[in-house]
Amino acid sequence: MKNNRRDFLKNMLLTSGGLVIGFNSLGNSTAEIISLDNLKDELLSNAFLTIDSSNVITIFSPNPEIGQGIKTAFAMIVAEELDVDWEKVVVKQADLDIKRFERQLTGGSGAIKHSWERLRKAGATGRYALIAAAAKKWNVSATTLKTDKGFVINAKGDKLSYGDLVNDAVSVEIPKEIPLKSNKEFKLIGQTIKSVDNKTVLTGKAKYGMDYKQAGMLYAQIVRPQGFGQTLKSFDATEAKKIDGVIDVISFKDKVAIIGKSNWPIMKARKVLTINWTNTKELESDTKHNQIFTDMMKNGPFELRRKDGDVEKAFAEAHKIIEAEYQCPFLSHSPMEPMNFFADVKKDSVKLVGPTQTPQSAQNQVAKLLNIPVENITVELTKMGGGFGRRLNNDYALEAAEVSSLIKAPVKLMWTREDDMSGGIYRPAVRYKFKASIDKAGNVTGFALKGVGLNAGNSTRQDNFPVGAIDNVLVESADYKSDITTGPWRAPITNFLAYAEQAFIDEIAFAAGKDPVKLRLELLKKAIEKPVGKITYEPLRFEKVITTVAERAKWGSAKKGLHQGFSVYFSHNSYVAQIAEVEMKKGKPTLKKVFAVTDCGIVINQSGARNQIYGAIVDGLGHAMYGNLNFENGAPKQTNFDQYRLIRFNEVPEIDAYFVDNGIDPTGLGEPALPPTGGALANAIFKATGKRLYKQPFAQEDEKVAEIL
Amino acid sequence: MSEYSLSINGKKLKVDVSEDTPLLWVLRDTLDLTGTKYGCGMAQCGACTVHIDGMPTRSCVTPVTLAIGKEITTIEGLSENGDHPVQQAWDTLDVPQCGFCQSGQMMTAAALLKENPNPDEEEISMAMSAHICRCGTYHRINEAVKLAAKLQKR
Repeated sequence: MKNNRRDFLKNMLLTSGGLVIGFNSLGNSTAEIISLDNLKDELLSNAFLTIDSSNVITIFSPNPEIGQGIKTAFAMIVAEELDVDWEKVVVKQADLDIKRFERQLTGGSGAIKHSWERLRKAGATGRYALIAAAAKKWNVSATTLKTDKGFVINAKGDKLSYGDLVNDAVSVEIPKEIPLKSNKEFKLIGQTIKSVDNKTVLTGKAKYGMDYKQAGMLYAQIVRPQGFGQTLKSFDATEAKKIDGVIDVISFKDKVAIIGKSNWPIMKARKVLTINWTNTKELESDTKHNQIFTDMMKNGPFELRRKDGDVEKAFAEAHKIIEAEYQCPFLSHSPMEPMNFFADVKKDSVKLVGPTQTPQSAQNQVAKLLNIPVENITVELTKMGGGFGRRLNNDYALEAAEVSSLIKAPVKLMWTREDDMSGGIYRPAVRYKFKASIDKAGNVTGFALKGVGLNAGNSTRQDNFPVGAIDNVLVESADYKSDITTGPWRAPITNFLAYAEQAFIDEIAFAAGKDPVKLRLELLKKAIEKPVGKITYEPLRFEKVITTVAERAKWGSAKKGLHQGFSVYFSHNSYVAQIAEVEMKKGKPTLKKVFAVTDCGIVINQSGARNQIYGAIVDGLGHAMYGNLNFENGAPKQTNFDQYRLIRFNEVPEIDAYFVDNGIDPTGLGEPALPPTGGALANAIFKATGKRLYKQPFAQEDEKVAEIL
Repeated sequence: MSEYSLSINGKKLKVDVSEDTPLLWVLRDTLDLTGTKYGCGMAQCGACTVHIDGMPTRSCVTPVTLAIGKEITTIEGLSENGDHPVQQAWDTLDVPQCGFCQSGQMMTAAALLKENPNPDEEEISMAMSAHICRCGTYHRINEAVKLAAKLQKR
């Protein structure tokens, strides 16, 4: 494998006279130029970009694109430092290559933060070599030369294209430290750049996982246990096999797989397939979950997450105590493209193609499952119809591999929407109990948080605001091992915790007779001047997004009839403050507008960044209002969009998205704008109606707000 | 299985499928026209929207037999060079995030603008609310429909 790739790249260089830029994967992120003379596998195979002598500049984006805009943003960063004409850059999705790239995954809004400097160095190294090559050609000092849009330009105004310089550039010696542009020199970063995939997406040519085909490929769908906690007893496929186009029906690991020539015969076969399931234990239900929550909230066992000062003493000496409990249900990720994967398992090799946020993990797991060496397993990344965290889990890729291995044929495994919604890996259901104390002056003296989750792990974020700003703090969590499978869902844990916490801080403010924004600023002042223990956030950046959003939304002086709710949250290294505006008309509340101020440092792409803010707020509103999975007999009652309501076009408010572009190195945007949304909405609802909402989905908690969107 | 003759994107094509096969699966699995997407299979999300004699139709619940003798247009046939006003507007305003739902969204928008070249807010909302975009690109879809209406007049 190694040699093939090496030969391929070598040939590419020889035939096109190309330059390949990459990083040293072992250790530091110093970029290096790879010339034909010093080709080493790990260097060569680390390539991020190629320039050929006909001026075709190709940038490879290694991270899986799920709609967060990483493919465009990554290429922009490389192109910025390389100083090329953006219109002429070709951007390609790189397949999984663990020797060539680090952290080839999409999760935690971490790609930009991780790769910012690495990508810049890749571009800057190329520019350095091209300038040096031109300096030699013209016999002038490199310092007299500049670059623009893929040309090196000398003092007289003569130009040489990068393509003309490629063959000389490969032998330039690269110093250890490569100068990077100053922020002021950015031409591309910070501009409004369209997604590089628009052309193929808008003409229907883009190949998503579901669209991938290979000659001789069969289709498969799998019937899984109807309820979590069931096992397969027996099945009768006599009728199913009679359907034209159905090839076989097999079973493995409590699942029944139908193999066919296309999807429709398989779907018909599912209807006539008889399967008997066994209940090995009591199947879970909403009733049971309620009991578990009540019991564990009272009795634990809790794990201590953080303790500052003496919270019991603070509560005992309090002027006022505020307490509240917040609840949220399990949620489905429901990306528009249901799970699917292609696998072609041969005797000693596997080809995997499809949508995954964690291709390396898919590779490793399939290697283990089939006992085939990792290096014999390839993973091609397709476009993905959303992810929202669901595709961090490769269960469906493993299923595809297992089916292909059993039927000894290339196979495309498809999940129906019903499979997708009832197949698990949900956002866990969680409950939070908050308790706070205030003294006579209205200062917050104590703060306690108990989180109880069903397969939620640590359902708290014990080092996040307002922790660090209050002297006496106790944070604990308890987790129940449920049969219902869970996984990260866009902004894991904080997608609900932020709402609960921001709604509770609002309650504290009202109890203390303080303006909710002012209370946050007071707390942050403490975190700035005299922080209590370890904190993960920077209070000054927090403060800035708060004051900026308050200014933009004219907090405190909104027009008559408009009721504002405030919320702010720090997650995934970015800060987002929001103000929601609710209008009351004839006793009915309507959400009119959401202001969002974000500090993610430098904004790479104005268009992509705005898309993430709009999308995350729409996502946050929709799920806070409607998202719900109810369980009975171990299975969710909602199995498709007729019962599982997602927010639609006519329900979105106006959004004002503003960025505090402070020149700090950029952080992620795929998730951070979602967590504060539920809190801003709930707090605006309180201002408008006087009612606190403690339970999501809000539409079911209070029918008066059911049509607020 | 039976053989049916279909007219898709101006071409006559023959397919051999069972009579109850939804048009969606004929397009995707049989004819490799994968721009039309499967999202829910029950006419809820709109990802599978195509035109049948100009009418936006959910191909996931439309048996192939209902499309016989009619002109079917999919995203691949919306324009020859990807420059239908709707496609131009969607590109200019950088609408897609993951992009999976957008071919369906555009087919509905194109049908709306053909029937009603000057839709007001309410009419746009009526048409586009029949679709789901999980990424939440609704603001830009709204702007793009309006821009496409302008482009269409040129």
